Amino acid sequence: MSEKKPVLKASHLGIQFGGLKAVDDFNMEIGESELIGLIGPNGAGKTTVFNLLTGVYQPTEGAFYLCGEKMNGKKPHQVVAAGVARTFQNIRLFKKLTVLDNVKVSMSRTMKYSMGSAIFRTGRYWAEEKETDEKALELLRIVHLEDKAGYIAENLPYGQQRRLEIARALATGMKLLLLDEPAAGMNPTETAELLEIINDIRDRFHISVLLIEHDMSLVMKICERIQVIDYGVTIAAGTPEEIANHPRVIEAYLGKDDE
Amino acid sequence: MPKKIKRNYVLNLLGVLLLFFALFALFETGVLGSRSSYFMGIATTACYTIIMVTSLNLLVGILGEFSLGHAGFMSVGAYASAIVTNALADQNIPTFVLFLIALAAGGVAAGVMGVLVGIPTLKLRGDYLAIVTVAFAEIIRVAFTNFQITGGGRVMSGIAKLSNFYWVFWVTVICVTVMYLFIRSRFGRTVKAIREDYIAAEASGVNVTFYKVMTFTISAFFAGIAGAIYAHYMTAMIPTSFNFNYSAEFLTEVIIGGTGSMTGSVIGAAFLSALPEAMRTFAKYRMLGYSVVLVLIMIFRPGGIFGTWEFSLGKAVDRLTGKAKKEVPEHE
Repeated sequence: MSEKKPVLKASHLGIQFGGLKAVDDFNMEIGESELIGLIGPNGAGKTTVFNLLTGVYQPTEGAFYLCGEKMNGKKPHQVVAAGVARTFQNIRLFKKLTVLDNVKVSMSRTMKYSMGSAIFRTGRYWAEEKETDEKALELLRIVHLEDKAGYIAENLPYGQQRRLEIARALATGMKLLLLDEPAAGMNPTETAELLEIINDIRDRFHISVLLIEHDMSLVMKICERIQVIDYGVTIAAGTPEEIANHPRVIEAYLGKDDE
Repeated sequence: MPKKIKRNYVLNLLGVLLLFFALFALFETGVLGSRSSYFMGIATTACYTIIMVTSLNLLVGILGEFSLGHAGFMSVGAYASAIVTNALADQNIPTFVLFLIALAAGGVAAGVMGVLVGIPTLKLRGDYLAIVTVAFAEIIRVAFTNFQITGGGRVMSGIAKLSNFYWVFWVTVICVTVMYLFIRSRFGRTVKAIREDYIAAEASGVNVTFYKVMTFTISAFFAGIAGAIYAHYMTAMIPTSFNFNYSAEFLTEVIIGGTGSMTGSVIGAAFLSALPEAMRTFAKYRMLGYSVVLVLIMIFRPGGIFGTWEFSLGKAVDRLTGKAKKEVPEHE
């Protein structure tokens, strides 16, 4: 068991924009199929952590490892190939493409047919496209969108767009899924459905999930461990119960109690 | 291969053959009398313009980046192919083979140029990229006016007349088909995803720079083919004719036809390249008419006449025979 490397290990990760330390000394370890929550007040640096972990920003300090492989200096698409996929806080879909195509774009990394096959429409082209269609539909089924496959993505209602983003992230075949406020703007029914989907995904694919969320009831319900950051610095980490009663966390969210 | 698609392939082939024989009959039976070769010339112009506009649409409509230097790639293709055929002129190569060699030379030269220009510039986006493409076309123009091999500022003449309309017709059909099939493959899907949101595309594992350079190269390659046709149709050319206005004309045709619609590009290019000839008597007012049309389109149909709609012979036949199913949400 000691051989087993954590899915994600971030050690002393930090980034500085000019004089501002947006994230400082960020440490985290995520094991297989773990679900970790990352919370903190607005502007605390949560999304910056995501951008670091997906290669959008390059860390100015420290390093992070995916299954033991160092990820520093990798471009976003290389990080995806290594097994990290994400969703965005403000939904970023391929708006004018169909729901099915949105998912298929994520799969084209693993599609192998050549340009020649595409132009001469060889058997390989048809076989691979069909296989991808089926796989994409399977993923859409998981997020309950299988009947919307032919719709143009921007025509979906908000909650469904969020779920489509999750399906698209799943299609990359990742080991670690980063969800950036997946429940933002959702009503309680939609949030409940989302919760169910996240649990379903973990059971099915045995992936680890790192979740940024403001909906505390959601975080407390599903996360096994929670890490709290404020001003780029980790102020607490532990189980949901520990976090809920942690004085520093309460202070960060509600302010200091002036005598 | 699904049966329905097989049927559509046959239908499309039949449609193209029908068009070919209609034009063949028009030009060969003498209906047009002495003006037959004049009309054939217009048709040839329309063909290479179609290739130019569809290849530019690949950049503007599918990749979502503006290029204002497409005539530059055409120029590279034209001169490269002319130099090659001039060098091979005494080798007794059958004209058809020579024509194919010319096309290949033009396409490859422009494609290589596409890679060279693409790699350093495609990190730029939007307006910045457009400015660089203008600069590129200008550099090509100035360079070609100074190189001895390209005529050194004078007209380069005596290029073999290889661009026979019937060959050019089929080359155009093949070029447009290849581009269309490219768009409807995993490659085209990825390129469209980059157009929609490059950050999300990156986060989905797409190597954005690679696909951009690839699209740029393919687009340049076809512009080079169009250039080769141009050179061997005109038989004489001067670098200054591939100027900014010429590039802008192609861009206008893409926009009028519909950015992202191959149908729009084909019809727009065919129509607009024939129009100046048809309106020869009003030549003075041509640019005026052009700009009025453009303004009207921008106001009433900002996406172009055809938007992103594609004509499908298969669907048209279904509709005529009443077999059309209820419209499913359109694939783009």
